[in-house]
Amino acid sequence: MKITFSKAINFAIRDSMRDDNKVICMGLGATDPKGVFGTTIDLEKEFGSKRVFDIPTSENALTGICIGLSIAGYKPLLTHQRLDFALLSLDQIINNAAKAHYMYGGEICCPLVIRMIMGRGWGQGPTHSQNLQMLFAGIPGLRVVMPGTVQDAYSQLRASINSNDPVIFLEHRWLHNSESQVVYDFSDQDLVTQSLVKSGEDITILACSYMLPEAIKARRILKEKLGVTADIINFRSYRAIPDECLIKSINKTRKLIVADTAMRSFTIADQLSNNIRDLLIDGNSIDIRILSMPDIPEPTSHFLTKGLYNDSYTIISKTCELLSKDCRGLINRDTELKPHDVPGEWFKGPF
Amino acid sequence: MERFEGSIQLELLKRMRRIRDVELRIAEEYSQGEMRCPVHLSVGQEAPSSALSLLVYPSDYAVSTHRGHAHYLAKGGDLNAMIAEIYGKETGCSKGKGGSMHLIDTTVGFMGTSAIVGNSIPTGTGLAHAAQLNKTGQISIIHLGDGAIEEGSFYESLNYAAVKNLPALYLCENNFYSVYSPLNVRQPKNRDFCFLAKSIGAKTFSGDGNCVISSYKTLKQAVKYCRSGKGPTFVELKTYRWLEHCGPNNDNELGYREEREIEYWMNNDPIKKAEARLRKRPEKDHYKNYCQALKKEVDDAFEFAKLSSAPDIQSRSKTIFSTEQ
Repeated sequence: MKITFSKAINFAIRDSMRDDNKVICMGLGATDPKGVFGTTIDLEKEFGSKRVFDIPTSENALTGICIGLSIAGYKPLLTHQRLDFALLSLDQIINNAAKAHYMYGGEICCPLVIRMIMGRGWGQGPTHSQNLQMLFAGIPGLRVVMPGTVQDAYSQLRASINSNDPVIFLEHRWLHNSESQVVYDFSDQDLVTQSLVKSGEDITILACSYMLPEAIKARRILKEKLGVTADIINFRSYRAIPDECLIKSINKTRKLIVADTAMRSFTIADQLSNNIRDLLIDGNSIDIRILSMPDIPEPTSHFLTKGLYNDSYTIISKTCELLSKDCRGLINRDTELKPHDVPGEWFKGPF
Repeated sequence: MERFEGSIQLELLKRMRRIRDVELRIAEEYSQGEMRCPVHLSVGQEAPSSALSLLVYPSDYAVSTHRGHAHYLAKGGDLNAMIAEIYGKETGCSKGKGGSMHLIDTTVGFMGTSAIVGNSIPTGTGLAHAAQLNKTGQISIIHLGDGAIEEGSFYESLNYAAVKNLPALYLCENNFYSVYSPLNVRQPKNRDFCFLAKSIGAKTFSGDGNCVISSYKTLKQAVKYCRSGKGPTFVELKTYRWLEHCGPNNDNELGYREEREIEYWMNNDPIKKAEARLRKRPEKDHYKNYCQALKKEVDDAFEFAKLSSAPDIQSRSKTIFSTEQ
């Protein structure tokens, strides 16, 4: 049976809570009728208000409260409807959660999962659409995961909750309605590995979060129209250490596109590229291109965001550039693609 | 003064004496340059934590601040491990990764201290939430200073504790200064911490933080209230730090505190007052013997720290995560 990405999140929380009665789920709106885009629906009904509850609008303290719960043996899951709100809790995330295990010499653990939803488009604007994965990935002691598939939504969230470390779980709003079948399983490796999604010959595309379905779409068009095949790797653990499957792929193709949802100066792609070049034989000859957002705050007006985002079109263009192919006429961005500021025609706002 | 049991008076005094002797010994040894981290000493502020120490159990939780030595020791934290931590040794309570400002002893419920003002208040509140869920009658002590009253984390946490009716005891030692900045540049005139905490939803208590008996009586009521499950409790005890904000010396020459003010508080020494009371009591010989034993305990702790090994340099890249990958 196919389920949506948000249902997979919902099931991952439910199954974690069934398996471990120390798991606690909280967030502003966690028990409201909409249940954070459907992700926390029905949880209170099954587990009761001691384990699933709504909270005051106090992002910083609630993060610290979760830390207190976690060092006392509980496993809190805290949800922010927008990453931007979580910025109020940076003190607790950086000075407390990320350091707790280290600065007390391993004496305590801080198993805490912080879900942050982020996105783009539909006028979310400068402070409702920031993709700041690098902010967290730059702090030792935090794991940063960015699920790109419905399967990841389930497995990675379960692995995050199961982990004994603080995990920043970044959910792209535009993925919530994507559908797929799911294997209800997970492993520790889901937190630290990438995965090969499609196998090809000519180029490696490493795509994170919402860039993954766009990359898969680009691959299909490239294959149909140019006979070009790409390895698509799901950049689901946001870290600069190249995964085995990535190295294997680049060794084959010697060409890499990293598609990130972050700003150009705030992506881990450069650091990852350097590590790849250092690690691989004749690494400097590997062609690498980075697709990211420009270094500007995201404007609100849809007139101003036209052409701003990366999608299957820009991935195709970049691939053609790397392979010296002509991409003219392959795809008409205006007529063949959905409007640029929504995840699909189904999306009617408001956020 | 009303009658107050001699054995409790003696115990309170012993605990204050122990904290002060440890702190003064740190101050004395600091210039040797072997304790290479900031130290925020509690000399002058021994009464609140000493009083509290007779009223809580090892199973209760506590968190504290940059000025946390007294709180750690009063909760029963291991002295050797604290001194070794300040010396940066592998036998330190945080294996040299935390230093004076990051003390922990989970065996007695002392769950950490923070170098960031207000940072441990939410943690302690979360521990109170855990205590409530555990249904074991534990309480969570949150040590804070007057500076933290100005942090958002204080309001957010107290509000949450009130909403959830948590067994959280916020113990504010008001020493009137945030580093060199006096209260009058930080808060409006005649601000009453208790009034403020009460408005948010806490039951409040206040007493003389420079008198260990007053501190004890105040905290006894406060702990009883908190343990009864009636909800968050806030206590203000006014006291005074004798030495500089950070370091082993006095800083009277800086002039941010008037000589008159410093003299007033030093003449109002909680330990001298308690010793004077004891002079007329039969427990005085016991106290004398204790002071000698204490000297040995402190000597031993410093020897332990000095003789302990440095941590393995490889350990600095370890324990970033709970698993190695």
